[in-house]
Amino acid sequence: MIYFYLLSGVFLGWSLGANHTANVFGTAVASRMVRFRTAALVCSLFVILGAVFGGAGTAGTLESLGAVNAMAGAFMVTVAAGLSVSLMTRMKLPVSTSQAIVGSILGWNLFSRSATDFHALTRIVLSWGAAIVLTAVFAAVLYLAIRAGLKRSRVHLIRLDFYTRAGLIAVGAFGAYSLGANNIANVMGAFVPITPFRELRLFGPFTLTGVQLLFLLGGAAIALGVYTYSSKVIQTVGNDLLKLSPLAAFVVVLAESIVLFLFSSKGLETWLLGHGLPAIPLVPISSSQAVIGGIIGIGIVRRGREIRFKVLGDIALGWIVTPLLAGAITFFGLFVLQNVFSLEVYRRPASSESARVVRMSEAEMPRPSAFALPSRLKP
Amino acid sequence: MSIMNFNRSKILETKIDDFLDTISQGSIVFREGIKEYLDGRTADFENAIAGISKLENRADELRRDVEKQIYTYSLIPEIRGDVLGLLENMDNVINGEKKTLIQFSVEGPDIPAEFDRDYLALAEVCMNAAEALVSAVRAFFHDFNMVGDHLHKVYFFEKEADKISDRLKRSVFHSGLELSRKIHLRYFALHIENISDHAEDVADRLGISCIKRRF
Repeated sequence: MIYFYLLSGVFLGWSLGANHTANVFGTAVASRMVRFRTAALVCSLFVILGAVFGGAGTAGTLESLGAVNAMAGAFMVTVAAGLSVSLMTRMKLPVSTSQAIVGSILGWNLFSRSATDFHALTRIVLSWGAAIVLTAVFAAVLYLAIRAGLKRSRVHLIRLDFYTRAGLIAVGAFGAYSLGANNIANVMGAFVPITPFRELRLFGPFTLTGVQLLFLLGGAAIALGVYTYSSKVIQTVGNDLLKLSPLAAFVVVLAESIVLFLFSSKGLETWLLGHGLPAIPLVPISSSQAVIGGIIGIGIVRRGREIRFKVLGDIALGWIVTPLLAGAITFFGLFVLQNVFSLEVYRRPASSESARVVRMSEAEMPRPSAFALPSRLKP
Repeated sequence: MSIMNFNRSKILETKIDDFLDTISQGSIVFREGIKEYLDGRTADFENAIAGISKLENRADELRRDVEKQIYTYSLIPEIRGDVLGLLENMDNVINGEKKTLIQFSVEGPDIPAEFDRDYLALAEVCMNAAEALVSAVRAFFHDFNMVGDHLHKVYFFEKEADKISDRLKRSVFHSGLELSRKIHLRYFALHIENISDHAEDVADRLGISCIKRRF
């Protein structure tokens, strides 16, 4: 049963792989600068590496927002995020898995009457905005630097094409690593506090923790999404929404990758704190919205071309609508799972060890949940 | 889609440069050929025809080879069509030069000495237009910010060619020659002038391609 619950994470991972690969390799593949086979292999490999070795930071932030402590609860949180992403996509509204999962966790907090860490919530929401602004700034700076470099270097068009291809693969790999590190929390974050996996000793000093194994599963699901469905999305996104020149795409993907990395690197956080500098919060951000930030950055440098301010308004709307929708679906879903299927969707705290998280199993509960049906109405 | 490696890309660069050199040499040989004809050095003129034919064949081979590689390795996808169009139209310049020399050879127009200077000036300006075009296309590949510096020269030489041709035709038709001869001489002025028109057409395409290439 535990592994069945994990299927919701696998589904969300598949969806992420299918939809978000385009943010990393979209233009490169659609413009035929990089072969899909190459892109898929590089993307899958690096997304798994990023998830397993760099995913802990953002997962920790989501856990601080709300530590979902029952398998059925984590299942519903993940399913609700996936459903709200699908619904928003159908309604053609800008949507982010990161925003959906935050809404779902808030829905779980509300249902389980766990306190929400508003400090963490504020940090997350501010990070979403900061990510767009930062990507725009990075893209603008990179664009100006590369343009100046090209003016001086007098590289032959054919050689520039060669360098651009190599660069697109390199930044694609970096982008995939950063995507895995930053977004794996969206896919498997809800299962982190209750991971069913135990530590796996590989060889010598190399071991994979239970959480890393969970992220490995999530990373593999993302890779599956990359191989099975991303090709279609890449053709759509690469040809329609993100029609950039390969060199501009290089700049946008590099800026996006740097920002995803900044918002997910624990090592960088430690280094910054060690040097008395303010740390960048480890928050799952939206790669699609970061890409839009990058395009806006280039647009500003090129004096207004390609800037679509309406898109920014739609994004801001999505920040409100997506979490609300995901939270509502989670709340309703948890209610159904608890009262119709009699599943344990959260645990009450056994002691004062955690002020926020309820850890007691439902069997030990002295009183029913405020949202439970009277026993005579239960099936 | 095959993968282009660094060495192959260097070889392709060399081929593009060779192609441009060939077009440039063609315009020099063309100008020399006209001069030989006007000076009445028939053997040298026929050598010029042989030389430009060789160059034209070489340009064709190089162009086909470059086009094949650009397609095979899916190079420069966003401006591939423009580059291929550019190379094909550059080829029209050397084709026009070769055809004009051959027409001189076949029809042997009897050009009075008083018009020699204008015919030679026309050929020279057309050669300059072709040379400026080669420099502009070379800049497009190597340093596209410099393209504009060469394009304006192409337009300048094309206008000069129009002026000289116009002057030449007026002089021909105001002379006491027979009408058939006048028409024949005008026909050759037109042929030479067409070379600068070809160069202007390529320059127009190049200007558009530059806008697309702008990063």
